[in-house]
Amino acid sequence: MVRSFARLCEWFAVAVLAALAVFALPAAADDEPLRQVAVAEPYLELHTGPARGYPIFHIVERGESVSIVLQRTDWYLVRGADGTEGWANRDQMELTLTRTGENFVVDRANLDDFTNARWEIGALAGDFGGANVVSLYGSYSLNPYVSVEAWGSQILGNFSNGWMGSVNIVQETWPDWRISPFFTLGAGFIRTEPKSTIVQGEDRTDQIGHAGAGFRIYATRRFLLRAEFKSYVVFTSRDDNEEVEEWKVGFAYFF
Amino acid sequence: MESRVRILFLTTAVLLSSGCAATKDLFGLGDDEAAPRTAEPPGQVIDPEVVRREIKEPAIDRENFEVGGYVGVMSVEDFQSNILYGARLAYHLTEGFFVEGTIGQTDAGETSYELLSGGAQLLSASERQLTYYNLSVGYNVLPGEGFVGDSRAYNTSLYIVAGLGTTQFAGDDRFSVNFGAGYRFLLTDSVALHIDFRDLLFDMDLFGEEKTAHNLEATVGVTVFF
Repeated sequence: MVRSFARLCEWFAVAVLAALAVFALPAAADDEPLRQVAVAEPYLELHTGPARGYPIFHIVERGESVSIVLQRTDWYLVRGADGTEGWANRDQMELTLTRTGENFVVDRANLDDFTNARWEIGALAGDFGGANVVSLYGSYSLNPYVSVEAWGSQILGNFSNGWMGSVNIVQETWPDWRISPFFTLGAGFIRTEPKSTIVQGEDRTDQIGHAGAGFRIYATRRFLLRAEFKSYVVFTSRDDNEEVEEWKVGFAYFF
Repeated sequence: MESRVRILFLTTAVLLSSGCAATKDLFGLGDDEAAPRTAEPPGQVIDPEVVRREIKEPAIDRENFEVGGYVGVMSVEDFQSNILYGARLAYHLTEGFFVEGTIGQTDAGETSYELLSGGAQLLSASERQLTYYNLSVGYNVLPGEGFVGDSRAYNTSLYIVAGLGTTQFAGDDRFSVNFGAGYRFLLTDSVALHIDFRDLLFDMDLFGEEKTAHNLEATVGVTVFF
């Protein structure tokens, strides 16, 4: 236990040193020019923190300009002419003007981006024939209706674990709907490894084919929720093929 | 006489006309004779030679990712408590929600049975190592400020997290669920300290009967936003 405590102290020391190193970094990056916008409304409210509840402690008046130090989610840390720094929200920042006199445009994804995005990565979890399954996938859209996906899954069951890799084609019938249904067909392989507590059983790798359907649901910004059902056929070396049903839900990021 | 008068008139006329010729430019009437200018296309009055100034705005520094490490104690059910160390990567979706991936590792101790029986070992050294990979969703329940002394205020947040993942322990990969709560204390706008308490659950049949193991962890950590 004493040895453990010494190791704990060691780790903590490393963490503190890492933090100190990081403190030194922002000072070096301060020379870069910052984006400037001018306040066009009667005033711009500055909050003490980047969230709804933080109190307003300062205002910047019309005509004055502020530098944007950084952005976090929907909030901007801005610095006024007198050096005061505070957090302004996106709705108010959209009403400020850039140096060319145009409105400051905030990059916000919408339903069109959801429909037309090329790439998508996501994580889902659910049930694979009674076992738990955790999956990661990447998708590339050939057009708004058809996309190609690659999946990697880990299957964690009571008696055996396994890995599964597959490639599939996805067809979306109404890609511009907020809740967009899809159909899919694919093929791949599955590797099954019996658990260490089970005495007999050997590892094996089989080919699989699958068909499925599900929904992509636009959530917020560049995120979507996804729920799907897939029916697998495992082409085993035994007399009968195995059929497995899979249910999964999760979320994905598109770009 | 007649020829004298004629000469007088003629000389006067010549003088006058030459005088006019000498002074005509004084009144700006000379343009009439600038014939070559008419070669320019009509309507093209000024030739603009101004290049439009391109304004390149500096990029905005977006800091929605949070990366860091943590260290603490994990109590592995039936296998004593030991030091845990881990790494965390989070992405802040909105001011409330974030997604977070964590990897943690600890070495489990010995069960009471192993200690009492003398030499019997249930697991090998490598099987005793517990490693988890979790993907969780978190929500900042209570954002706020912490005051240190009279003149310092730091942004803080109390958050809850829950997620799924895989745990490697006792020779197998196990499906695991985790949930817990944490406190984020922002030293600056980009550096934060964390205190976290979580429970990692997975099913285990190592002792013959299947049961759900609760593995509690308490950690402190440092993260950086980028």
